[in-house]
Amino acid sequence: MNAEKNNTILLDHGAGGKASHALFSEMILPLFSNEYLAMGDDGAVYSVPAGKMAFSTDSYVVDPIFFNGGNIGDLAVNGTVNDIAMCGAIPLYISVGLIIEEGLPINDFQEIITSMATAADRAGVKIVTGDTKVVPRGKADKIFINTSGVGMIPEGVNVSGSRALPGDKIILSGTMADHGIAILTAREGLTFDGDLKTDSAPLNHMVKAMLSSGCEVHVLRDPTRGGVGTTLNEIASQSGVGMTLFEKDLPIKKQVNGVCELLGFDPLYIANEGKLLAIVPEKQASQVLDLIKADTFGKNAAIIGEVTDQRPGKVFLETAIGGQRLVDMLTGEQLPRIC
Amino acid sequence: MGLTYLEKFRDPSLAKQLVATIHKESRHPLRLMEVCGTHTMAIFRHGIRNLLPETITLLSGPGCPVCVTAQKDIDAFVAVSRQPDVIVTTFGDLMRVPGSGTTLAGQKGAGADVRMVYSVFDAVTIARQNPDKQVVFCAVGFETTIPTIAAAVLMAAKEKVTNFSIYGANKLTPPALAALMTTKGVSIDGFILPGHVSVITGVDAYRSVFETHKVPSVITGFEPIDILHAVLMLVRQNESCVPALENAYPRAVRDSGNPKAREVMHQVFTVGDAAWRGIGLIKNSGMELKPDFKAFDAGDRFELNLIDVAEPKGCACGEILMGLKTPVACALYKKVCTPMTPVGPCMVSSEGACAAYYNYG
Repeated sequence: MNAEKNNTILLDHGAGGKASHALFSEMILPLFSNEYLAMGDDGAVYSVPAGKMAFSTDSYVVDPIFFNGGNIGDLAVNGTVNDIAMCGAIPLYISVGLIIEEGLPINDFQEIITSMATAADRAGVKIVTGDTKVVPRGKADKIFINTSGVGMIPEGVNVSGSRALPGDKIILSGTMADHGIAILTAREGLTFDGDLKTDSAPLNHMVKAMLSSGCEVHVLRDPTRGGVGTTLNEIASQSGVGMTLFEKDLPIKKQVNGVCELLGFDPLYIANEGKLLAIVPEKQASQVLDLIKADTFGKNAAIIGEVTDQRPGKVFLETAIGGQRLVDMLTGEQLPRIC
Repeated sequence: MGLTYLEKFRDPSLAKQLVATIHKESRHPLRLMEVCGTHTMAIFRHGIRNLLPETITLLSGPGCPVCVTAQKDIDAFVAVSRQPDVIVTTFGDLMRVPGSGTTLAGQKGAGADVRMVYSVFDAVTIARQNPDKQVVFCAVGFETTIPTIAAAVLMAAKEKVTNFSIYGANKLTPPALAALMTTKGVSIDGFILPGHVSVITGVDAYRSVFETHKVPSVITGFEPIDILHAVLMLVRQNESCVPALENAYPRAVRDSGNPKAREVMHQVFTVGDAAWRGIGLIKNSGMELKPDFKAFDAGDRFELNLIDVAEPKGCACGEILMGLKTPVACALYKKVCTPMTPVGPCMVSSEGACAAYYNYG
């Protein structure tokens, strides 16, 4: 194959001819292997069960494309899996659109799509259709990935950001800010002691356990860009409720907190890629918390706050020393302090 | 498990005791100014305001370097970024501060090469890596930052990194306090003096201002216990009518400060006048490159043709920085001026009083 001779992706690989075919049949298909993709048709054809389905899409342009604990590939699969799961659905099928900059090393490409295949396996979803385009050098940054996906919503499940009720408890499935800090330190070439790794992970198994337990789950949301603070503000507005968080209960790794303090970031606004917020009735909160903690990716879960009927649309934080402050939506991007 | 060193300064039970003592001992209304922007942020982040009795009003002072950077200096940074073959390097907070026209972030969007750095030394590295470009660092900071900028200039001089230069808008803290105390209408019953700046300046740097104006003054750190402790000390000084200059941050600040850092600073810079946004010119409150290092002055290197543009109408940043107004008293606050569309620098900097009120209010 040309690609192996050149060791980089060339424009030919996206031209639809022999090189494209070789890239697909020799590199992509063996990894993503499933009966739908193997059909080789223009799209995937599959049967759907009766009932409601969820459909979601997201594009990934992360820089750098490789970082501690993952790369753009598994991030793209986990991200869409999680978006579907946050609708209360069981993710089934994923599509993958690759936009590659000419000159991407073949080894990097191989590593990325291998991670995608592993992530899909781990989540139990199939990559059933896709597309590859190659653009001239400088017209994209290494690789951009779009993933879309569909999932089935079990009967009786009704999860929405508009369903938080006063009295509900807010559960966060683990430590916050891990992903954003891992990317930031990789991008800026900052070196710190300690293991600053992305938390990118599929949350669909955790969600399935919650939903099949019979517990009532009002809201599920993964606090990605904008972090826990912004996501809770969105839910508070959607549901027309207030929220109080307790600083002493917020799970955060010491080293992540240290980096945040040093650079002047508020971890409440830093992105997560493997965490969810679940808002559930108080009487079921401890049961749901136990279910989350039983999942591989939920060991550090905690109840971090409660929904109130005070000051609808606003989120407040009770600080560790007993003070109180507003947690507003993030404005722009977080910028480091300078003195 | 025992508390870590840092956790001791966040201990909730100790905080409660301090708050209770402040409530017990504070009788007369007091207006206390936290001079430093990092204190402003810490006070909001820990929710300290609503723990204090009604007698105590906290005012945010002129200690956020971004907030006090004159509009003309921002215009200069923007003008430099428009020059051909130039890379402008800056600390992040400056990116979105509006000059009379656009911002550095706006320039970046329009195609200028503007890069955010975490250290001035990164700017020297970028200069080394790009010998065919002029690399300019926007030098904005107080005594905390100036020694590192001086060290970077020394390094560039030693290693002959001649394509590196700085556009200087550095400022000194004690002259600003002196200017504040002689401004009409300013009434302050106590200063919470900056921790980081004082690590460099030492306690001694404030003696002359203190002796002249006899305003109760306490240097402190940035943890909740540090801040509550300083408030209590200022309450006690006021209630006993015995003003003093005290150091509540002895774990970091010495009387003489850090002479080595000041030596480096004065090796490269000399004291000069500086324009403070919203306040105006303050004598001897700035730092200029000495003749030996003039070659590193970006102001000399480029022909910028700056024109004086009046600061935006209605923006009360100046009065806010002097404790004459609180952000909520500004006519633009939350109406025209928000963190998304900041009019004045106090709204854009993460350490600005207006941004703190808006975000944590």
